[in-house]
Amino acid sequence: MSDGIRDTLLGQPLKVINVGLEGFAQDLERQGVAVVRVDWQPPAGGDPTLADLLSKLGT
Amino acid sequence: MEKIERANQEAVRRMLAADPILVDVIPAAEAIPALRENMILHAGPPIEWDRMCGPMRGAIAGIAVFEGWASNLDEAEKMAASGELEFHPNHHFDAVGPMTGLTTIGQPVMVVENRAFGNHAYCTLNEGLGKVMRFGGNDAEVLTRLAWLRDVFGPAVGAALRDLGGIPLKSLVARGLTMGDEMHQRNVACSGLLLRELAPAMARNFNDGEALAETLAFIGGNDQFFLNIAMALGKAITDPVRGIEGSSVVTAMSRNGTDFGIRVSGTGDTWFTAPVEMPEGLYFPGFTEADANPDIGDSTIIETIGLGGFAMAAAPAVAGFIGAGAASEAANTTRAMGEITLSKNPEWTIPALEYAGVPTGIDIRRVLETGLAPAINTGIAHREPGIGQVGAGVVKAPMACFAQAVRGLAETLGVA
Repeated sequence: MSDGIRDTLLGQPLKVINVGLEGFAQDLERQGVAVVRVDWQPPAGGDPTLADLLSKLGT
Repeated sequence: MEKIERANQEAVRRMLAADPILVDVIPAAEAIPALRENMILHAGPPIEWDRMCGPMRGAIAGIAVFEGWASNLDEAEKMAASGELEFHPNHHFDAVGPMTGLTTIGQPVMVVENRAFGNHAYCTLNEGLGKVMRFGGNDAEVLTRLAWLRDVFGPAVGAALRDLGGIPLKSLVARGLTMGDEMHQRNVACSGLLLRELAPAMARNFNDGEALAETLAFIGGNDQFFLNIAMALGKAITDPVRGIEGSSVVTAMSRNGTDFGIRVSGTGDTWFTAPVEMPEGLYFPGFTEADANPDIGDSTIIETIGLGGFAMAAAPAVAGFIGAGAASEAANTTRAMGEITLSKNPEWTIPALEYAGVPTGIDIRRVLETGLAPAINTGIAHREPGIGQVGAGVVKAPMACFAQAVRGLAETLGVA
């Protein structure tokens, strides 16, 4: 990470959006970082056969 | 897939181009010539007597007595169990019905004509709240009211509608949305607007002032009178969307109290079914969740066209009534339904969402991809026959219906 990015990214309050595993958000919150959660789950509830069909049907 | 996108554009175009008009109230036998003695149309996908829930059985026994096919409820149940009564879904006959949703030869039905496509849809008259046939009620009070609807109320409203040349419904619903209705669990505004249109024409047709007062008071005293009209409107809008090759747009969602079924444009008239879920809601005094029947009724045709749970943001009062949370939660429900639909209806807008249109055109692919099931506002019937409504709440369409439908559409398109 360049000094420039470190200065602009970490030199101000972090704005975090968490997609996926809840643990990522919880770890940050324990360190006092505000996290916005995105309500997301794998396509077709994680069923690979249905996810494949969805892919063929163009989503 | 290009074919699906083109088909869906056409499906949404047909939904948005619809021009539903409430034109008449006529006997069901006249509206649906295929109806005959001992034949009962019911809510939801196909089902036989032995799998029917309590309210459905109660309503069937009651309607068989009402029609004169049985002399009492016990005899009616024996006829049903022995196969003497014939059961079919309303949806197979251009009709819909709330809760148990029974349509039979001797009942009056409201007629909604979709003038953009020339099709008609039918729904029985709303009986009011509490102990009524659509919730499984079947005693003398219920049957007497049905007879009055058939002999006095139905003919009077029909004559008024014919005098008026029909009442356009699209603009009426648009106004209702801005007045706090979502057309499934709240129809206060639309019922009032309808009464305002009907009353002068009805007054011209009545010689008996007391009978006129009773008829007007029946509409004025029933906040849900417009529900059945909204349902016929939904059916009139969705029927021309059926059978578009390749389309993944839902054309019907419906429940018979045992199974939830959906139909999809690109898979014709096939029902994709799964067990119904239990509504979560609030109960009238003296009743609890233990009294509740699982989800039932054709009224989910209202969500199919973007109203009801999909338009929850227009009706924050309903969110409180059915236990769905704060007004902000109501807005979130409508936004979430925007994730599973293809368009927004520019003629049906919600002031609280900066006049965004209601989410329209449920895409089975988006439902499955996002894991967001259609949100439905619903009444709750008592699980035992003959008691009636015990509460109101929200329920989700089962995801299994959409998984089956995606498999079905993939087979139709040769990509399974």
